[in-house]
Amino acid sequence: MLNFVIALLAAAVVLVPLAKRLGLGAIVGYLLAGVLVGPGLLGVIEEVDEIAHISELGVAMMLFVIGLELEPKRLWAMRRDVFGAGTVQMLACGGALSLIALAAGLGWKAALLVGLALALSSTAIAVQLMTERHVIATPTGSTAFGILLFQDLAAIPLIALVALLSAAPGPQPGGMPFWQSLAVFAAAIAVGRSALGPLFRRIAGTGMREIFTAAALLLVLGMAGLMQWAGFSLALGAFLAGVLLADSEYRKALETDIEPFKGLLLGLFFLTVGAGLDLSVLRAQWPLVVAVAGVLFATKFAVLAALARPLGVPAPMRLTFAAVVAQAGEFALVVFSAARSGALLDATQANVLNSAVAVSMALTPLALSLAERLAARVQTAPPASAEDIHADYAPVVIAGFGRMGQIAARLLFAHGIRANVLDRDPEQIGLISRFGYKVFYGDATRLDLLRAAGASDAKVLVNAIDDVDANLALVDLAREYFPHLAIVSRARNVRHLFELRKRSVAVIERETFESALRLGRGVLETLGVAPYDARVAADAFRRHNVATLEAMYLHYGDEERLLTAARAARDEFEQSFQRDRTLAGERSRAGWTTVPERAAQRTQGRGDTQETQGHPD
Amino acid sequence: MILLVYAHPHHSRSRANRVLLEAAATVPGVKVHDLYSRYPDFDVDARAERPLLEGADTIVLQHPIYWYSLSALAKLWLDEVFTSGWAYGPGGRALAGKRFFWAVTTGGSEHDYAPGGSHERAFTTFVAPMEQTARFCGMEWLPPFVLHDAHVCDDAALAGAAAAYRDRIAALARDGAR
Repeated sequence: MLNFVIALLAAAVVLVPLAKRLGLGAIVGYLLAGVLVGPGLLGVIEEVDEIAHISELGVAMMLFVIGLELEPKRLWAMRRDVFGAGTVQMLACGGALSLIALAAGLGWKAALLVGLALALSSTAIAVQLMTERHVIATPTGSTAFGILLFQDLAAIPLIALVALLSAAPGPQPGGMPFWQSLAVFAAAIAVGRSALGPLFRRIAGTGMREIFTAAALLLVLGMAGLMQWAGFSLALGAFLAGVLLADSEYRKALETDIEPFKGLLLGLFFLTVGAGLDLSVLRAQWPLVVAVAGVLFATKFAVLAALARPLGVPAPMRLTFAAVVAQAGEFALVVFSAARSGALLDATQANVLNSAVAVSMALTPLALSLAERLAARVQTAPPASAEDIHADYAPVVIAGFGRMGQIAARLLFAHGIRANVLDRDPEQIGLISRFGYKVFYGDATRLDLLRAAGASDAKVLVNAIDDVDANLALVDLAREYFPHLAIVSRARNVRHLFELRKRSVAVIERETFESALRLGRGVLETLGVAPYDARVAADAFRRHNVATLEAMYLHYGDEERLLTAARAARDEFEQSFQRDRTLAGERSRAGWTTVPERAAQRTQGRGDTQETQGHPD
Repeated sequence: MILLVYAHPHHSRSRANRVLLEAAATVPGVKVHDLYSRYPDFDVDARAERPLLEGADTIVLQHPIYWYSLSALAKLWLDEVFTSGWAYGPGGRALAGKRFFWAVTTGGSEHDYAPGGSHERAFTTFVAPMEQTARFCGMEWLPPFVLHDAHVCDDAALAGAAAAYRDRIAALARDGAR
């Protein structure tokens, strides 16, 4: 057990950041780590099945957290996604895969079962990928999630189908008829709805934080266990628990408590998927496994891509949508083992199929990046039809809706210019959507989100993201995929300004510079300097400052490596001090009215005698 | 080199000045310097302006007439750039010998600028301050280009005026090149 915990944590610490850095994403990191520590290679983990049970809790917790975000009202609004999109997906993908299985030589019973089982997707992988990409809250995410929810429901009749098709009486998990399962389901909702709120209020009232956490875990696991007992999936139970608490005042606290468990257990889940890859089967039959995985993935991808349009997925997101749910899921493994004991599949067939499922899961993140790249390629081409053009066209996309983005947006609004807004903080956004702005939640450095916000058709991108790295990442992304966009960016500091200059950003505004100048003017005025003189002084300072920055920029590449950020900042400060002193000196020598000048002015009759109060030079 | 200093606060809404400017800009050797684009915040940078003027043999100042005078930024530009020690006064010979060509448009018709007309005085009265400014700085004063009725004249008249304006600037460019 200890070895295994060490393996999990080591993998999480070492391989996951590495995979992320390589652009493969966290999931691939966990999967690779699983293969590495699994029975086939290092053999740190031997009892994969046992660990798989624990790790499923990670999936349960993920679904619980998702459930927390979905109030019953919103879930009800999703019913079309769940039953409409879900049914269509199961029938279309299941049908296509069954036909292929039949053509591959399986009997009709086995073919039907294999087809339907492979039509199920991996909720864990799909939801995790959509969360990483901030797609989950978009309409596309909702459609995909609806499909996944329906699959969770469809899994039960599928197991029943195994029993029905089996020659020998097969296993019947849960062991209760379907109507009883439904009764348990309904009872859980009814009891949960009325009892959970007061229960958590009571527990929170004790003021014992760890008991609250324990109660949250108990609720998730209890609901998951109950639903599993009733023949539903673990995940569905946890999801239900989340939904029941979605409108409670403890939503946020529950989320915070469950989050770390969720993350690690989910990692564990992916790890066990990797470890579960039977390397001996892979080694012996790898061409077949890869072929099955490839055909399975390609078929689902093609069917989903074709369905995306009738399901209402917006054009730029269709390939992403298809890739996200194109893998087979962990539930297929359950169906295959049941089918094997029911003598519908032989051992080799089951092994190959199991491995193919795991390969298709591992394939998903890579296929998704590929699909996104492809979508970007398609998107940069001019829109094929008027229908593809965004219905709510806005010439401006504002990324980052904090203090800077908001003011810029309001100025545009006052000028009658539409802007689409992107921000990762929903609270910043609430207000502005009332003014008729189209608002997109999520990370502006996500390509799909930028596209959804209309970056392909807009003229200007306002880059008001305060985080320097994210800000520059957005510039790079926009340059690559939307080269037509003029970029107007905020700069956090001089270094950031130079980085933006290096990327030829046309308009760069230092976020504090102008207001600091105004502040300085205010000080001068308070000290008795005439307001206009203060303004002229500020104008002169700005000019000097900009000129010096220009001069510094010429050497920027050279010192970049030599100077630490701190030293650069200090030097800059010293230099600007030096500059100001020079400026003050120059001013007293020239530029300002001197005595002989005043005489000249009087001779031409333009001199203002009020002014001859004398200048201290 | 001819430096055409242009000072229209609403270029995009301009009718006559835009056409005139476009015509003049076609002449080789003309550098257009749009003050309202360069200094939308009115923070005229005298030290950047002076080398521009020093490098020109002819200075054209083109703008619509505001209250019998310059547009505001053109006036501020004069105040900030044409200072003692550079444009006039002791050591102030930077502009001496250059030619100065004033090109303006007005909203009134020619006979409004006459005794009894709405402006009471001949337009030449209002030319005097500009002319004296140029002469005070030692510049050669060229007969100004004045287009009246700038926003009511028909397209043909405007095109004719633009051609005449372009021809005058082209002639100046030829003289300068010699």
